Amino acid sequence: MSKLSLITKGFIKENPTFVLVLGMCPTLATTSSAMNGLEMGLATLFVLVLSNMVISLISPLVPDKVHIPVYIVVIATFVTVLQFVMQAYTPSVYQTLGLFIPLIVVNCIVLGRAEAFANKNGVLDSALDGIGIGLGFTASLTVIGIVREILGSGSIFGWKFISGDGILAFVMAPGAFLALGYLMVLFNKLAKK
Amino acid sequence: MVLCLTAVCLICAAILGGVYALTYNPIQAANQKALESSIKVVLPQGGELSDALEAQSEGVSYQYYTLTEGDEVTAYAVKSTTIGFGGPLTLMVGVLADGTVYNTSVLSHSETPGLGAKCTTDEKFTSQWKGFSPDKSLKVTKDGGDVDAITASTITSRAYTLAVSNAVALVKSLASNE
Repeated sequence: MSKLSLITKGFIKENPTFVLVLGMCPTLATTSSAMNGLEMGLATLFVLVLSNMVISLISPLVPDKVHIPVYIVVIATFVTVLQFVMQAYTPSVYQTLGLFIPLIVVNCIVLGRAEAFANKNGVLDSALDGIGIGLGFTASLTVIGIVREILGSGSIFGWKFISGDGILAFVMAPGAFLALGYLMVLFNKLAKK
Repeated sequence: MVLCLTAVCLICAAILGGVYALTYNPIQAANQKALESSIKVVLPQGGELSDALEAQSEGVSYQYYTLTEGDEVTAYAVKSTTIGFGGPLTLMVGVLADGTVYNTSVLSHSETPGLGAKCTTDEKFTSQWKGFSPDKSLKVTKDGGDVDAITASTITSRAYTLAVSNAVALVKSLASNE
């Protein structure tokens, strides 16, 4: 697989949200606005790239029986580092996403890439794989966030284009399922062509 | 096997300890800055701000700051926490000595984005606290009071109102003791 396709596959062929259907918990919970989706995607991207790199480095040394606990410890370390850094330098982002950051540990995308890719590939390829899947995840979350924000609050990235409220259901959980479902249908229809 | 897991855990713990030590001061500074800017928003200009003080009211302890001009305490900033829709809702409430609310500011919340979270941005809701007279009733209109709730977020509005009301009650008891 060429280096470029490692990065681009995350957008369409192996899109984590619409094709692999991984990491649904943060997808549904954080996409109530475009900005939240984008920030959550970038946070996951950061953890994904670093954990992929470290895991591809240490995987030859790790006995098979304990590889899952070791991977989880590595991932949890990066998530906690990210949490400290966000708290220190971007407190306003931490205010909105703080609750969901620890959940990146159990995001199946991160462990999934460690198991499926990083432990049998080199450091560079693993980093590129992390970037590709992470960007794909970020793009999907942002798109869902944009749709929910337009319908639910009548705004895009906080910029309001109608006065008054939107369809409140789209801001809440039911809207997350609806938006995700219809976007998945649309995406798979377009991707098949 | 055991050795490997132990080694990985030790290394990770060491990294975390290091990052914690590195970010400890910036985190404290960021929290302090958020606190200070919220106090500045909820209190009138001028006068001298005290350090953090503690007071009890109905078995709950509150942290508050006083603003003194000359010898007289002119205003209080009270940190007041209630339970909102999604978890604790912490406000900084500025109250003048006569019980008038000067302004309010949200320190932290976990309300639903787009609904209850509007308590930080909804102009109609936040601006009504500026100069909220002590003669008016600190309850949402649905409960027979004078506070206009945020559309579709009555629980958040109630919690917000209760936090302000607790702060005002505390200031009244503080002011009468002096």
